[in-house]
Amino acid sequence: MSQQALANGPLRLDHVAVGYDSTFVLSDVSFEVQPGDVVGVIGPNGGGKSTLLKAIARVLPLRAGHVTLAGRGIEEYAGRIAFVPQREEVNWDFPVTALDVVLMGRYRGAGWLRRPSRADRERAAEALERLGLGGMGGRHISQFSGGQQQRIFLARALVQDPLVVLLDEPFTGIDAANRAVFHEAIAAFARQQVIVLMATHDLEEMAATCSYVCCVNQRLVAFGPTRDTYTPEVIRETFAGRLAVFS
Amino acid sequence: MIGWVTDPLQYPFIQRALIEIAIVGALCGLLGCFVVLRGLAFIGDALAHAVFPGVVLSYLAGRSILIGAFVFGGLTALGIGVLSRSRRVSEDTAIGVIFAAFFALGVVLLSRQTGFRRDLGSLLFGSILGVSTQDVVVSALIAAVVVVVLFALMKEFTLVAFDVTLARSLGYPVFLLDLVLLLLVSATIVVSLQTVGNILILALIVTPPATARLLTDRLGRMLAISATTGVASGVAGLYISYHAGTAAGGTIVLTATACFLVALVLAPNHGLLSARLQRRRGRHHVHHYHPAGEDTGPA
Repeated sequence: MSQQALANGPLRLDHVAVGYDSTFVLSDVSFEVQPGDVVGVIGPNGGGKSTLLKAIARVLPLRAGHVTLAGRGIEEYAGRIAFVPQREEVNWDFPVTALDVVLMGRYRGAGWLRRPSRADRERAAEALERLGLGGMGGRHISQFSGGQQQRIFLARALVQDPLVVLLDEPFTGIDAANRAVFHEAIAAFARQQVIVLMATHDLEEMAATCSYVCCVNQRLVAFGPTRDTYTPEVIRETFAGRLAVFS
Repeated sequence: MIGWVTDPLQYPFIQRALIEIAIVGALCGLLGCFVVLRGLAFIGDALAHAVFPGVVLSYLAGRSILIGAFVFGGLTALGIGVLSRSRRVSEDTAIGVIFAAFFALGVVLLSRQTGFRRDLGSLLFGSILGVSTQDVVVSALIAAVVVVVLFALMKEFTLVAFDVTLARSLGYPVFLLDLVLLLLVSATIVVSLQTVGNILILALIVTPPATARLLTDRLGRMLAISATTGVASGVAGLYISYHAGTAAGGTIVLTATACFLVALVLAPNHGLLSARLQRRRGRHHVHHYHPAGEDTGPA
């Protein structure tokens, strides 16, 4: 894959707060991730896992603090921060093909008023092929299995030439074969010095996949190497509190 | 049979009406696809009602109803845009409250006139047989502008409608794009007012795209089929109303509805008939349906 050379540096969150109107979903989050690190974001439902990823992806506006990549504001990297949404958040009835979806990852590169180029189409087809969906680009997105649908969005992340990849519950409801595809892709990202953050409620999966763990429950409870930080005490602290009652 | 088609054409007002409904049918069919896909059908209905006082005011002032409708349509689109940014009021509640009130205002304004019932009727249900050559020209110009903007921003509108999360993370101005789409809807409603009137416009905007969606999984084809269905049901509806002596607006909408019902039963993939056949063969067409998750709340 033609990963463009780029002055890659750490992803830094500085006293970040995210929320709506007067309620904060997440506040005072600060940590730093180095290129090539794979970070598992864990916490109770409603604790702010997805919110954290969406703040980094600029999907949700920050209420306070800064997010920087290699010392520059994250907004300067529009298009190079790839977000793979939860399957439930996608409208699978929308009239688009798998190839159309992957091409959307090239839109920023295509610019206003322009259609994606032939090179963009080739990149998209190549990404689908790499993820075992070669020749299926012309199918409507509802005609794929759950795991394949996840792979379409992973292919879209690939064609963004990402510096940061954000995966929101990638392992929910997919089988072992599809898990393997994701593991492989995450390892490949890490080798290319791409930063990966993955929100998951599957703690075992997290411990097996991620070199770092980020525990959130409305605030940052803990952040550090999985080996040292993923302890029963930290887990208890992360999942304790009022919100855990509802999960 | 040939006479059924050619006889009405001897009247210039029928010729004008046919051209007008063809323009409106194509325009509503195209724009309607994005209205439906972005989940703006209810807002479209609200817009149609909200332009009513503008229509009444220009009518009372003896001006073209297009002027008043444009002003109110633009204001309403802006109002909805601003309202949808606030999370304090539920969006559809606010729309329901405010735009029903606008509509009532139009009725009250008009009720001060003598001949109230007749005027109300033609404004609410359209008067396509009364369109002037000037009306047709203005409609064609506005329609051309709307279609040009629509196709210029098609990539962006599609992205926002399908995946607002990606659109935001790519740095697209989602709010602005939604606002432009609402303004296009306003313009379309204004153009369509004279054909089927305030109440029935929504049908022309929603029914042809819904029909087209049943027949294809591709956006490009959906646009083509929707525009074609819009024109065809408009022209056919007008002929039927001429021969049957029924109200033009209502007949046109019912013709569009008939197209939808036929597609609903006969569509190759999504139709009731094919679903039944496939079940009988024990072959399931897997079709996941999730309502458009356009919001990105905390999860």
